[in-house]
Amino acid sequence: MFDPSSSIIVGLEIGTSKVCAVVGELSADNALNIVGLGQSRSRGVRKGEITDPSMAEEDIRQAIVEAEQMADVEIRSVYLGVTGGHLCGFNNRGVHPVVSADREICEDDVQDVIKNAKAINLPAQNHVIHAIRQHFLVDGQDGITNPVGMLGARVEVDVHVVHGNLNRLQNAIRTVKGLQLEVDDIVFNGLAASLALLSNEQKELGSVVIDIGGGATEFVVYGNGIIKHTGVLAVGGDHISNDLAYGLKVPLSRAEQLKIEHGSAMVDDSAKGQTIAITNELGMPLRTINLEHLRRIMSLRLEEVFQLICHNLSQAGAFEYLRSGVFLCGGGARIPEITRLAEQVLGMPVTAGKTNSISGLKSALDQPEFAAAIGLVKFGSLQQRKRAARSLFGQGIRSTIGNLFKRA
Amino acid sequence: MNESTNTESSVPATSPAATPAANGKPIIKIVGVGNAGLAVLDCIVARGIDSVELLAINSDAASLAACSVPSKMLLENKLMRGLGTGGDPERGRQLADAELPKLKPLFEGVSGVFIVVGLGGGAGSGICPVLARAAKEAGALTLAFITTPFDCEGSRRREIASEALDDLKAAADGVICLPNQKVLKLIDENTSLIDTFKSSNDLLADGVQGVWRLLAHRGLIEIHFSDFCKLLRDRHTESALGVAEASGLDRSQEVIQKLFAHPLLEGGEILGESDAILVSLLGGPDLSMAQINRVMEQIQNRCEKAQVMMGAAVDESFRDRLSVTLIAARKNGKSESVYEVRGNGESAEELDDQLMTRGGGARPPSRFIPPPPSLPADKMQKMLAKQGRGGGAKTGKALPKMRQAQLPLEIVSKGRFDKSEPTIHQGEDLDVPTYIRRGISLN
Repeated sequence: MFDPSSSIIVGLEIGTSKVCAVVGELSADNALNIVGLGQSRSRGVRKGEITDPSMAEEDIRQAIVEAEQMADVEIRSVYLGVTGGHLCGFNNRGVHPVVSADREICEDDVQDVIKNAKAINLPAQNHVIHAIRQHFLVDGQDGITNPVGMLGARVEVDVHVVHGNLNRLQNAIRTVKGLQLEVDDIVFNGLAASLALLSNEQKELGSVVIDIGGGATEFVVYGNGIIKHTGVLAVGGDHISNDLAYGLKVPLSRAEQLKIEHGSAMVDDSAKGQTIAITNELGMPLRTINLEHLRRIMSLRLEEVFQLICHNLSQAGAFEYLRSGVFLCGGGARIPEITRLAEQVLGMPVTAGKTNSISGLKSALDQPEFAAAIGLVKFGSLQQRKRAARSLFGQGIRSTIGNLFKRA
Repeated sequence: MNESTNTESSVPATSPAATPAANGKPIIKIVGVGNAGLAVLDCIVARGIDSVELLAINSDAASLAACSVPSKMLLENKLMRGLGTGGDPERGRQLADAELPKLKPLFEGVSGVFIVVGLGGGAGSGICPVLARAAKEAGALTLAFITTPFDCEGSRRREIASEALDDLKAAADGVICLPNQKVLKLIDENTSLIDTFKSSNDLLADGVQGVWRLLAHRGLIEIHFSDFCKLLRDRHTESALGVAEASGLDRSQEVIQKLFAHPLLEGGEILGESDAILVSLLGGPDLSMAQINRVMEQIQNRCEKAQVMMGAAVDESFRDRLSVTLIAARKNGKSESVYEVRGNGESAEELDDQLMTRGGGARPPSRFIPPPPSLPADKMQKMLAKQGRGGGAKTGKALPKMRQAQLPLEIVSKGRFDKSEPTIHQGEDLDVPTYIRRGISLN
């Protein structure tokens, strides 16, 4: 892991509809390049969580093998994306008094205050996935990114904490470890997707990333360059298919197919009175389905999802940060007219997110459903850069000390 | 209702709010409507409030018979066959409308009517707005004490409750609302269902009792009925009520602590946000000025911008005890428009002038009743459509129209989510198709 030559970073997302592994290569000048992609249909996952480990294991193996072949590398460790209704995000504040005589804030003070902020009182079965640093406050003055060297009596820091049920997180990790793969880190899928989609400017202006996956919908709010709010709703594309299967009285697989071929997030006048003929495997017509009903069912479900998100955002007071709008990704972003529906409900400009910040396989980058997996690679690259910087820092001190001795 | 206090000072004899009973106390009637209302009445009976008339109204004969209140009134028509309203507020409304001539005389000569009701069902939600209107037309100050359903009771009941609440706000002088969901925070895991409802009923009974005390006791520092009306007027969309009682040496400290811990005041936070607060203290003959001072100081510290009105009364039975009733009200931008006077182009002031220049002519016993609130165009359309249908039925039969409802016999299977953990959001199972939960039919 600490070997500087190992610059292969793999993101693995075990989704409800597909398992997807993305291989990225970090070059010596820290540029990230996507070199491989493997995917397979997922069968052992419901609502973003593994329900059948043996099935899931098989699907993961297939995706990893495909990615290995494409990138021509051997995958040893992955950054694993996690999601599910049990994940929960909140903001926490840590406080630390500056004790030094001259009131200058030093690196130790910063480390202490971060430590305080991360000390969160959670039930024993909960595990903190991320504690993302937001802004520092020095004597109540907000918006400070690095307080080292400033004068003040009190440093505070806000962290955004994402936590989840330990056992349910362990399930995914164990399944991956069962394939002789190391898990470098687990990452909240919504966070990963936002890393892949948003530019720094968009983060600064304030935006929401909504990842509409198969089993769960994640949303992440950025404002002033930092994460302000996160959330998961355990409703996704699977629910649409299920609603259709129930409402149109067709098998689930047929509902899935109808959703992809004829679905839309809005009910237009053009759909009124139109019918779709379902044929059997021999091409004989079985029955007809009302297109308007199909779209109405979809539209209501999607509208509800956006309404729930809208409600959650307004409760968190997130709307005041958002000047750049909403970015959609995940398989749900492919639904025609979904941006129009989202605009209607959320009252903000909505665009389908594009992964711009990374170079590499064009075919992989253009797909909204790979945003989270690509984001995992990006997360990995940021981690490695951080590690590299830290070790460089260590070396720097060592060398200066060495120099001192030499001079003496 | 808007100008009742002004007219009171000029023509006190005819002003109903000042109608005193023989013993100098205003006559107050407490009316419980619907099953929840009856439960609260039972609670009040158990507390033994004297010199107050209780009346139980319901559409369900069985629960009415079980109620311990002596005077009862059953609203029924033939089509119900003693089954009650079946959770349809429209039926309740029609019943009450039909019985309106019987309801009005109940409130003649009464100065205050408290309507106690749990919204969300058929009887309570349907009957109480009509009742409030009847009481107000008879000239009584009308206060509604309501509970709203728990979140888990589903969105249908929540909608019924919020619709009824809007109606009630337009009809009554004041509405004091206890959302049952807030009660949920008070109870622990092991509290039984009976106890939960009991604590909700108790809270409501506390409120009724507190306000009754405030109005019924001759105070040393008096709060007039008119002050009370003034406080609640236009603000009742956002009023909260807290009652606390303590005894012993430290009672003034203790009562304040209890008051701020009251669930309806949200830990005293409400106080900071409200703009008018009424505090009524009731103590024994040993009530000292220092105690009053201590209590008021604490309250005033919490609400700097609010107009605070206080009253104090002494009751022989409250020796060594101190009870504080606090009503906090907040003006709400929206509510103003709702109570704006509409129709005939006359403002309330003009109307009042007319009444006064009539020169001692007989003034109708009823106070000024605002016309129903102005409705947005789409709602109006909906109501008109409803009326249209109702009218059609009336031509055939004189009986109020009963809607044919479909029973939800179809069991909704959750398909592929049958065995997975359900996704529950505010009491709704999101795994069930949205169109089914919202009751949208596909045809």
